[in-house]
Amino acid sequence: MFESLDATLLARFQFAFTVSFHIVFPAFSIGLASYLAVLEGLWLWTKDEVYFSLFNFWKTIFALAFGMGVVSGIVMSYQFGTNWSVFSDKAGPVIGPLMGYEVLTAFFLEAGFLGVMLFGLNRVGPKLHFFATLMVAVGTLISATWILAANSWMQTPAGFAINDVGQFVPVDWWAVIFNPSFPYRLVHMVLAAYLTTAFVVGGVGAYHLLRGDAPKRARKMFSMAMWMAAIVAPIQIFAGDMHGLNTLEYQPVKVMAMEGHYQSHPDGAPLILFGIPNSAEQRVDYAIEIPKLSSLILKHDLNAPLAGLDSVPKELHPPVGIVFWSFRIMVAIGFAMLSIGLWSLWCRWRGTLSENRWLHRAAVLMGPAGFVAVLAGWVTTEVGRQPYTVYGHLLTANSVAPIDAPAVATSLIAFIIVYFFVFGAGTFYILRLMGRLPRDPMPDLQDGPLRTAGITPAAALASKSGSHHHGV
Amino acid sequence: MAFDLPFIWAAIIAFAVLAYVILDGFDLGVGILFPFFKEKHDRDVMMNSVAPVWDGNETWLVLGGGGLMAVFPLAYATILPALYMPLILMLLGLIFRGVAFEYRWRTRRGEFLWDIAFAGGSMVAAFSQGVALGALVQGIPVENRAYVGGWWDWLTPFSIATGFALLVGYALLGATWLVMKTSGDLAARARGYALKAGIGTLAAMGIFSLWTPFMEPLYFDRWFGWPTVAFSVLVPLLVLGCFALLIQGLRTEHDSRPFIAALGLFVLGFAGIGISFYPYIVPASLTIWEAAAPEESLSFLLVGALVLVPMILGYTAYAYWVFRGKVDPEEGYH
Repeated sequence: MFESLDATLLARFQFAFTVSFHIVFPAFSIGLASYLAVLEGLWLWTKDEVYFSLFNFWKTIFALAFGMGVVSGIVMSYQFGTNWSVFSDKAGPVIGPLMGYEVLTAFFLEAGFLGVMLFGLNRVGPKLHFFATLMVAVGTLISATWILAANSWMQTPAGFAINDVGQFVPVDWWAVIFNPSFPYRLVHMVLAAYLTTAFVVGGVGAYHLLRGDAPKRARKMFSMAMWMAAIVAPIQIFAGDMHGLNTLEYQPVKVMAMEGHYQSHPDGAPLILFGIPNSAEQRVDYAIEIPKLSSLILKHDLNAPLAGLDSVPKELHPPVGIVFWSFRIMVAIGFAMLSIGLWSLWCRWRGTLSENRWLHRAAVLMGPAGFVAVLAGWVTTEVGRQPYTVYGHLLTANSVAPIDAPAVATSLIAFIIVYFFVFGAGTFYILRLMGRLPRDPMPDLQDGPLRTAGITPAAALASKSGSHHHGV
Repeated sequence: MAFDLPFIWAAIIAFAVLAYVILDGFDLGVGILFPFFKEKHDRDVMMNSVAPVWDGNETWLVLGGGGLMAVFPLAYATILPALYMPLILMLLGLIFRGVAFEYRWRTRRGEFLWDIAFAGGSMVAAFSQGVALGALVQGIPVENRAYVGGWWDWLTPFSIATGFALLVGYALLGATWLVMKTSGDLAARARGYALKAGIGTLAAMGIFSLWTPFMEPLYFDRWFGWPTVAFSVLVPLLVLGCFALLIQGLRTEHDSRPFIAALGLFVLGFAGIGISFYPYIVPASLTIWEAAAPEESLSFLLVGALVLVPMILGYTAYAYWVFRGKVDPEEGYH
């Protein structure tokens, strides 16, 4: 079966597979960690138990998602060496320290305070516990910053020289970290994580509103999530547009693939809404296009010339079909999110936010949309970078480890089987927890021990809800 | 240059790896001992004794790997392909045991499944790490900045033996951890396993002390050449001292002593391996200076490491202190 597949292709497939699984969890936990910090902060500030109840509910889900993120992330940190060792040797001096800083400033912070956040409320008291929650949230954001600096450097490398053994050598760390695409990519990714979480939380809230259970908690969740969607979705579309313009400047070939521009357009390029990219014939079949719009969006001028893929040697084209479609999926979801956000504002103004069942149904449907958008966005940017690992400097084909194809094939199959089993089970547990809120209404909050001398009811709550779980 | 940056970094990476081996060693050890405890209640307590800290422990492994890529990229790029299969196995093991910490509490019907995942994953991870260590000690051929061996070269009687040795060693760390962190019947049984694993660890250290010097002339010279021979003479005495402390702690029920003694054994064994290697980072192929990243990379990360590692040690110590003392069987957020 694998005779026709070489180690490079298998390694690429393995990387795509493992990173796609991995990225879902950080995208979720970045947003969820901030949400938890907000919930606990509101609880401490307002003393309203609804926030504490929501905090405990999402904390358990966070623990599951975070655990899956950790184990799939460890795989990533070793895969650079096992499958992409030439890349590691050459680019290690630049991106290695960035990832080293990620571990030193973020991973330890998250891991160190995660234990306190999950298990320590009755040991450290609410204030220190809130501090631990904040540290976990800050850690996820710091982590995103470093990993996006590393990724952006691979997309738009800057601040380096190449030494006599072919290694990238850092010359100016400031230029390495704040490379041309980094700020755009970081903002776009963090907003994506917040939107992803908002739609998950909103979907769960809407689900419970539809079921008519736990109305106060469900209303609160749904309302918070819809504020987030209404405010962040338009900002994200703006940020995405800025990012696109930056990409046009530094990675024009990627934009050509995203837009499906096989041909150069000397006097105004059309926007291709839909069509089927045909790389063999170098054209988009069945294209539905709006004349001049692409030039207007990208150059703010109807007649601005735009170069196409015909201006680039064919062996340097990224796979156009994948990039073309993943980009459209991402954009479509972005606009769907915006619509939900605006719809929720309208309902809020009418005072029907908690009653409009069609809005709730739409929100449930859109619950997982953020994950799809994040994946589509990453496919766009990563596949669009091909055939390079370090854009313009190091080809993917020259980055791969000198390892036999059967070894990569064996590990690939093992990862596929294990990931589907392990993360399938995890997804099942998370969905079950999300659906369980009304049946597990935490009665302790009303009739449990009251807070005395800075001791919260968390201990009683934890052990009781624990026995509850085991009893289900 | 005032400072020998590759040397400083070799010391830091060695420290990170040692921290990993000791810290994840005891929580992997708890998983290795899981099958010996059948009672659900015992297993709950065992798992809760490491649940708040395992994630931080495993982060040292990421630092070891990520740090190696940053400061010794050539070592990273040659060791990892050479140890391809044991490392993939280790990762798969770590996946199963890592998720078991959360999954196990989310199901009653499937609990046995995640018990197996926790115990099996811990064993596979520990064994693979031992195999990887053995494969590294026996040497990795490098030409033109790349590994030139096959993908089964790691598999030898020596590497299999080191795999089993590390399994026993981690079991000792896990058992002494349980002695320290639990009480009653569970602690009493852990004392029994600590004694057995302690004897096993001592035997393994003896066997490898006799085996390793004859693997490679480099090691032989190091073990029996001056001044390192002083270490070769002194270490067996220190090892026996640690072993005596272990026995004494188990007998007199000074419950933290056996753990400290087990840590001592690991530090000594680790130092022994380090002294055998130095100045090689990929034995017999690359020295730390040949494998080191350019100075700009080393100094950039060093600034951060010097500030951040003490902070990390500080709040890690705080996290352990928060969960100090014997595990309360009623506790845990689940």
